[in-house]
Parts: sequence; structure tokens; C-alpha cells
Amino acid sequence: MQMDWFPLWLSLRVAFLSTAIAFAIGLWLAYILANREFRGKEVLDAAVTLPLVLPPTVLGYYLLVLLAGNSPLGRLWEHVFGSPLVFTWKAAVMAALLHALPLLVKSARAALESVDRSLERAARNLGASEWRLFWRVTLPLARRSIFAAVALAFARSLGDFGVTLMVAGNIPGRTQTLAVAIYDAVEAGNTAVARTLVLIISAVALLILTLANRWSPR
Amino acid sequence: MIRARLRKTFPARPDSASFSLDLEFQAAAGGTVLFGPSGAGKTLTLDLIAGFLRPDDGRILLDDEILFDGAAGVCLAPQARNCGYVFQNYALFPHMTLRQNLEFAAERRPRLERHRRVNEMLERFRLSDAAGRRPHEVSGGQRQRCSIARALIGAPRLLLFDEPAQGLDAPLRAEFYEVLRQVRTEFKTPMLLVTHDLDECFELGEEMLVVREGRLVQSGPPASILDQPANVDVARLLGVFNLIPAEIRALDPGRNTSKVQMGEYELDGPYFPGHLKGDRVTICTRPELLAARARNGRPGGNQIPAKLERAVEKPQGIRLEFAGGIAVDLGRSEYEQIRDAKEWLIEFPRESLRVL
Repeated sequence: MQMDWFPLWLSLRVAFLSTAIAFAIGLWLAYILANREFRGKEVLDAAVTLPLVLPPTVLGYYLLVLLAGNSPLGRLWEHVFGSPLVFTWKAAVMAALLHALPLLVKSARAALESVDRSLERAARNLGASEWRLFWRVTLPLARRSIFAAVALAFARSLGDFGVTLMVAGNIPGRTQTLAVAIYDAVEAGNTAVARTLVLIISAVALLILTLANRWSPR
Repeated sequence: MIRARLRKTFPARPDSASFSLDLEFQAAAGGTVLFGPSGAGKTLTLDLIAGFLRPDDGRILLDDEILFDGAAGVCLAPQARNCGYVFQNYALFPHMTLRQNLEFAAERRPRLERHRRVNEMLERFRLSDAAGRRPHEVSGGQRQRCSIARALIGAPRLLLFDEPAQGLDAPLRAEFYEVLRQVRTEFKTPMLLVTHDLDECFELGEEMLVVREGRLVQSGPPASILDQPANVDVARLLGVFNLIPAEIRALDPGRNTSKVQMGEYELDGPYFPGHLKGDRVTICTRPELLAARARNGRPGGNQIPAKLERAVEKPQGIRLEFAGGIAVDLGRSEYEQIRDAKEWLIEFPRESLRVL
């Protein structure tokens, strides 16, 4: 059996990057949703949650339209980075991000909202700015749930198949992630490779979810 | 010195009726107690002063500074108001040690001064030994002292307390009153306290504001409010009175006397200013000012026969509950002498009578 470890490393790299981006954007969105009152707040929440329920083909289609070379975003990307985004491993990061973000926003919003309001009032009463209140009181108190959400988002980004296939394609050694490689191996009758990759991804996911459970507040 | 005129309305919701607060009051140095039943708007008043909620209209003046002015559109953020707030559950940051809790509150001061100030407060509130521990690792009394020290460390111009002794056992409560007396003499910060405990009003308040359904119904020193409640509602809120319907039959300001008809009996009382002969009134007397006697023969002056329903043991003595809802408090030894009486008389001392 000739094992190619590239898909595993690519998947890990994609998952790390998309989780990091999802963490930054997701925490900000969660903060807005948990603390601000504005029109369309629940619509925003629903829009962020949408990727959890839409079929991968629909998501892939949206991403293609949004990021393709002739779209404004796609042109901007090409202008800044000098090469197109779609059908590169970076597009796989975008695909994974789409799955990681809703998980993070949902859990982080709930975590931030579960922090005792009287503690936030106390902090304001003691002269703390909203910034300091967030970093010194709210976030530390919600950190266990947020760690758990990050772990969940990471595990989810590891496993995307459909969207990745549509926007990043299946280019061995370039954009072929673990999930896609497994599909390829099964199609090619390469059951030994498929079995090994399946076991690896299951073990990694199990490990991460176990850690997430341990971090969740009891 | 705080002067406040507050208006705030909450429309009815599926799970709550509408509520409107319309209060005007001032609180000077010393302790001022907001007294009232739950749901009267007491905590809401504190939240409006602290700036957690915005009044619909009104004005809040702390010393010479405007914290809120509805007409001028001024509304300072809670951060800028400099009112210490001691929360009902203390709201200590659970992930910080007691020392860190104080440091958090002192963070706007220069580093060296902050350190000195934190140590000074830890010492004053006897927290030095527990300073390195977190709130859940220390005793209830230490938590309480820490929350007061934290509120005081920024040298606030006003201290707000939300039901501070709620749910405390008797020793902790006594300790808390002691700490507050210390705060009052050492820091001289005016205090505004919310409570629905009458004993606490006497412990902590020089001034008492009686609030009911969002309105101020009476204000004054606790003793004078207890001596002469403004109306039947206030008397009910205080919850320590016998309230008996009666009619004024005679009034004589010259001799300072009056006669009131209570059922089939007539009682002598002092002159009641502001009332007229024939007024239907409510007699308001405190159970500990009445006397109970064994009946032998005809009732004397200001005595009425009554049927004893129950004798209830209380920490302070015995409470006798008579038919018609009249209660009389007696000392234990007093009660022992007459406990076997078959028939009873209640005696209403002339000076104990108030009419509302």
C-alpha cells in the first residue's frame, strides 16, 4: 500500500486556518449578537446559522458565485494576491470556514449570554470600559464553553466534503483534502488506503470531541 | 447628596403586567432606606441611578453633577457615575481572587497608589488573610465585606445597596450591620439601601422612603413613620399594626381628647387633628402597646372583651391573637400570670391610639 500523507496534512492545515478565522469573526459576531440590540438581529443570527442546514451543493454554488474570478470578491482577491482563489487550497479554507462559523457563533453567543448579567453590571459600575469588561470578565467566564465551541468547529472543518469539492476541486497534491481523498480511494477500489484514512479521521475527531466535552462547563 | 426625579414605564408583556415608576426624592448624608414590598420598583430605582437602565424622563443630580437629565438629553454611562453598588448576590468576579477583585475596581488609579489602596482596604475589611482566595473559597461574611470594599475602593460619592442582608443568617446579618456602621463613620459616603425588612430600616436608615407600586407614599425618619403611618396602605406595608375600623364620635382639641366608637364599645383617645366628628376611620395600634387582662366583672375604661383564638410563641414574648384580628404582644412573665384566664379583656391605652 502506497500511502500519500498529503491529504492529512492539508486537512489539518485547512482546519487550523479556518478555525482561527472563524474564531476571530465568530467571537466578534457573537459579541454583537449577545450585547447589541438592533433591527434584523435575529435575521443575522439565522443567516449565520444557514450553512448548518443548507445542502453542500447550495453552499458550494454560493461560494463559487461569490469568489469566482469574474466576481467582485474574486477580482479583489486576484488583485491583492496575484492569483485566483477558486480551485486552490485556500478555497478549501473558505469552504471549511462556512461550516466552522455557525458552530462558533451559535455556541459563543450562548456562552456570552450565559454570563451573569450582574457581573457585567458590576464591572461597568466599577468603571471598566466595554473592552476591558469583555476581555477581563465576560470572556474568561465563558472561556470553557468557547474552547469547546472552537474544538467542535475544528472537528467540523476537518470533515467537509461537498463544498470543498465544488470550490477547491480534487487536485491530488494541491487541493485534495482527507475527505476528498477517501472518496477518490473508494472510487478507485483502493480500500486499504480508504480504510486507513477513515480510521485516522475518525480517531482525530473522537479525540477532539472528547477534549471538547472535558472543557464544556458541567 | 442625591436628588432624583425618575419616570420609567414598562408596557405590559405576556408574562408581566405593565409597571410605571414615578418617584421624586432626595437622600443626604447617612443612610436612606427605600422600603416597600417586592415589585414596588426599589431595585429599579437603584438601577436607574447607577445607569444600568435609562429613565424615560426625569433628572438625577449627585452633589452638583447631573447624571441624567431627560429634557437636556444627558445620560452618563454607568462607568462615569461613580456610584458604588453592592449587589444582592455581591457579584464578585468568581474567576478572580479577592485581591484581584479589588484591583479590578482600582485599575484607574496609578499603579503604586493602587497597590497601597488595595492593601489598605483588605486590612480595613479584615480580608488580608483571604486575599489570595477566590469568592467561592471564602466565608459568606468575607464575600460580603469584599463586595463592600470593592464598591468603596474608587471613593464613590454614593453607595447603593440592593437588599444587602437578604437571605443572611442572624450572625452574618449582625456582622453586616456592624460593617455598615463602620463604613458610615469611616467613609462618610451617603448610602441608599433597598430593603423590605422593617428591622433593617431601623438598623440602617436615618431616613426612610416608603415605596408602593412605583410611587413614594411616605418619607421621614423610621421612628416617626412607625409612630404615625400616613395612611392605611402604609400601615399595611409596615405590617406591624392592628387595623380596626371605627368611627369618631367626639373631638375636643382644648382638652386633647376624643371618643371613638369601635363596634359596640367606645374608647377614649387623644385629639386627632385633621379629622371630623363622624369620620369613618381605621384605628391603628401596635400590638406591644396594648395590654391583655383576665376578665373579672365589667370592663373598665378603654377595655373591651374579646375572645382569645391563639397564643403564639415569639422570640420576644407571646403574641395573643383575638377574634376580629386584634393582636396583643406580652412578655413571657406577664403572660404566665394570666394564661389561665377564661375570659379576656383587651386594654387600649389612650396614647397608643392612632387613626388613619
